[in-house]
Amino acid sequence: MTRSPADDLVLRMEDISKSYGATCALAGVRFELRRGEVHALLGENGAGKSTLVKVLSGAVRPDAGRMSIGGVPYLPAGPIDGKRCGVSMIYQELTLCPHLTVEENIMLGKEPRRRGVVRPAEMRRRVREVLDFMRHPEIAAEVPVRKLSVGAKQIVEIARALVDEARILVMDEPTSSLTLDDSEELFRIIHRLKERGVAIIYISHFLEEVRRVADVFTVLRDGRNAGSGRMADAPLEAIIRMMVGQEFKELFPRIPHDIGEVLLSLDGLKGRAMQAEIGLALRKGEILGIAGLIGSGRTETLRAVFGLDPIERGTVTIGRVRFEAGQPWERIEQGLGLLSEDRQGEGLALSQSIADNVTLSRLGPFSRSGVLSLGRRREVVAGLMERVKVKGRHPGEPVAVLSGGNQQKVALARLLHQEADILLLDEPTRGIDVMSKAQIYEWIGRLAAQGKAVLFVSSYLPELLGVCDTIAVFHRGRVVDSRPASAWDGAGILQAAAVGRTGADREEAKP
Amino acid sequence: MSGHDKARIKILLNWLAPFLGLILVIALFSLMPEVRERFLRPANFKSVATQSVIVALGALGMTFIIISGGIDLSAASNIALSSVVVAYAVNVGAPPPAALAAGILCGGLVGFVNGGLITTLRLVPFIVTLGMMGIARGVAKWMAGNQKIDAPLTWINGLMAKSPRPSWLLLAPGVWLMIVFAVLMAFVLRRTVFGRHVFAIGSNEATARLCGIRTRRAKVLIYSLSGLFCGLAGVMEYSRLTVGDPTVAVGLELDIIAAVVIGGGSLAGGEGSILGTLIGVFIMSFLRNGCTMMGWPNYIQEIIIGAIIVAAVGLDQVRHRRAA
Repeated sequence: MTRSPADDLVLRMEDISKSYGATCALAGVRFELRRGEVHALLGENGAGKSTLVKVLSGAVRPDAGRMSIGGVPYLPAGPIDGKRCGVSMIYQELTLCPHLTVEENIMLGKEPRRRGVVRPAEMRRRVREVLDFMRHPEIAAEVPVRKLSVGAKQIVEIARALVDEARILVMDEPTSSLTLDDSEELFRIIHRLKERGVAIIYISHFLEEVRRVADVFTVLRDGRNAGSGRMADAPLEAIIRMMVGQEFKELFPRIPHDIGEVLLSLDGLKGRAMQAEIGLALRKGEILGIAGLIGSGRTETLRAVFGLDPIERGTVTIGRVRFEAGQPWERIEQGLGLLSEDRQGEGLALSQSIADNVTLSRLGPFSRSGVLSLGRRREVVAGLMERVKVKGRHPGEPVAVLSGGNQQKVALARLLHQEADILLLDEPTRGIDVMSKAQIYEWIGRLAAQGKAVLFVSSYLPELLGVCDTIAVFHRGRVVDSRPASAWDGAGILQAAAVGRTGADREEAKP
Repeated sequence: MSGHDKARIKILLNWLAPFLGLILVIALFSLMPEVRERFLRPANFKSVATQSVIVALGALGMTFIIISGGIDLSAASNIALSSVVVAYAVNVGAPPPAALAAGILCGGLVGFVNGGLITTLRLVPFIVTLGMMGIARGVAKWMAGNQKIDAPLTWINGLMAKSPRPSWLLLAPGVWLMIVFAVLMAFVLRRTVFGRHVFAIGSNEATARLCGIRTRRAKVLIYSLSGLFCGLAGVMEYSRLTVGDPTVAVGLELDIIAAVVIGGGSLAGGEGSILGTLIGVFIMSFLRNGCTMMGWPNYIQEIIIGAIIVAAVGLDQVRHRRAA
């Protein structure tokens, strides 16, 4: 290493700021990347990582700030422009065309041609060259991509970036859908890319993996720099502390509630989309938080309980009755209600009215032998809208015109109208403003005080710690541990979720 | 202007938009001096109404299917099959009410099979009903021995008579049936639990499932209901022709679908209305009627109706984009 660090600087981002309406996603962030370096970008969900990366790729235009690549000012007009300047993205969800072959995917949009006619030999040569460099000659260029494994698909995706002559490669959760072997292979490829001088920005929630791969790290928190340094010099605990920061308890009104008998219990439950069996018990008046990384099986568990995914093994006990299968309409009759994490895709019928969306799961009170009384329904819905504070809107307006926060309140109003006793809430505060969040926390507390049982899945630790009585942490499809919320702290949950072990052994080791 | 007023005006505009098209078509021919007098005569309106019955009945059921996000390409074949069944039944000496019931139930059965295949095999409606289009047409030809079935005249043939008996009816019984069923179906769609479920399934099937709607059962019901209307349309077809003709109504499914779409139905599901559909039917009927009176050749009608479909859906899109 004789080169001076300044020469190696590939990318410099300074004072990058970006707001979406009232929410500030980035506030004066700086980020530097050197040649041949793997730089981990860390932070909780919503900390601003993906916005920063989008600014870099050109997909998002920052409100303020400067960027330069190799000392030259960089101001991408869009992702294509970014690519031309050497910035390539490898996304979580792969972006290959499944029906095209490996070589067609790799060369898509840059096919070697002469007067508009593709030159197959030249195309094949360049594809072979890059696959050989990655030491994957076994991937056949003429095979349709849909026939490849997930790991091989990712290699094709990286090959595409290499053909683009990427100088900066952004990998967003690259291992989240890979097997262990495929992950190892990815790490080997990353090593080879480093040797070639490619700089890599590596985003992952799996901290141990990050420690292995990355040379340096930058932590973001609430859209600001929370710390950075060399990976080798920073213990895991220090990084986690930077990620979690200070917690704000004031947002979370504590409403006293009593916990009673068990209302819902899962015994060795495995749904079709789940990786392993889950056992959990939820009691009357209890708010049970479920923490874990994306893909840790939280959503899949709720879906199996609610009958949206078929159950393969195990049982769901509601009250005193044990079930091995069930459809959503049966679960609703048994007093369950589910708030989907996918508000737009599943939770709400966007083109339908507020009234329709609120009452769809329980039209009974307005119908006499199947005929609806629309006037009475409008009154009830108007009352509910008042209660959940959706203001200035007519019950007949389509849900699509509402803001994200108000849409979520409509989805919650449905559960209120349904009078569900057991509420399964999947990321109820995702993507909504702080005021709406606070209102939702207050409600969850009120519902518990009324004796309802609440399962609360969230990726935002402060709200779990602030709202829940008990928190269970999921890791790769299993429950790592379940404890009273007071026995957890942010760092402990993050460690359990990211590593799959609780901090107990670590604390015992201390004097 | 408050949000409430704005919402009301928007709802009113949505309701009025299809009417404008119909008024425009009628106004257009009323302004043509060479046909004005004949076109505006009550007798002409009566005959347009009678000519609309078969497409309208088929379109009532199709409205439910399209709102639920589906499609039925077998509607016209089903109409032909049902008309053959009625003729067959009358021919073998069944009393007219029984023949009528047989035709309607045959249509319902075809719809039930469509719905059953779509939900149990999880196939897309386009494919299932494309297959059924061929199957129903084939069965109709088979039943009729590949020719027309002649049958003795019964009161069924009076259902589509241009001058109805008794004369105080004013319109053919078939037209009255169309009106009664349209009112009834509009009520079912707007004001019943089943109707709300149809909209919910078409708007977002995942949401419908999440809200505990038994989507499969509802779909079988929707396709069966639509089949029953095709059966009734088949009865009217037989009534009009006085024979069971297995080759009748070829391509009529596209007229039926066009009527629903011109009337504001969205092929993506979640939108549509009975009133809109009826207006769509009448827009097409008046156009055909007026073009024929003008002595314009058939191909002009086809070009105009094709353009109207694209324009109606295009306008709808523009309206939606502005609303969003």
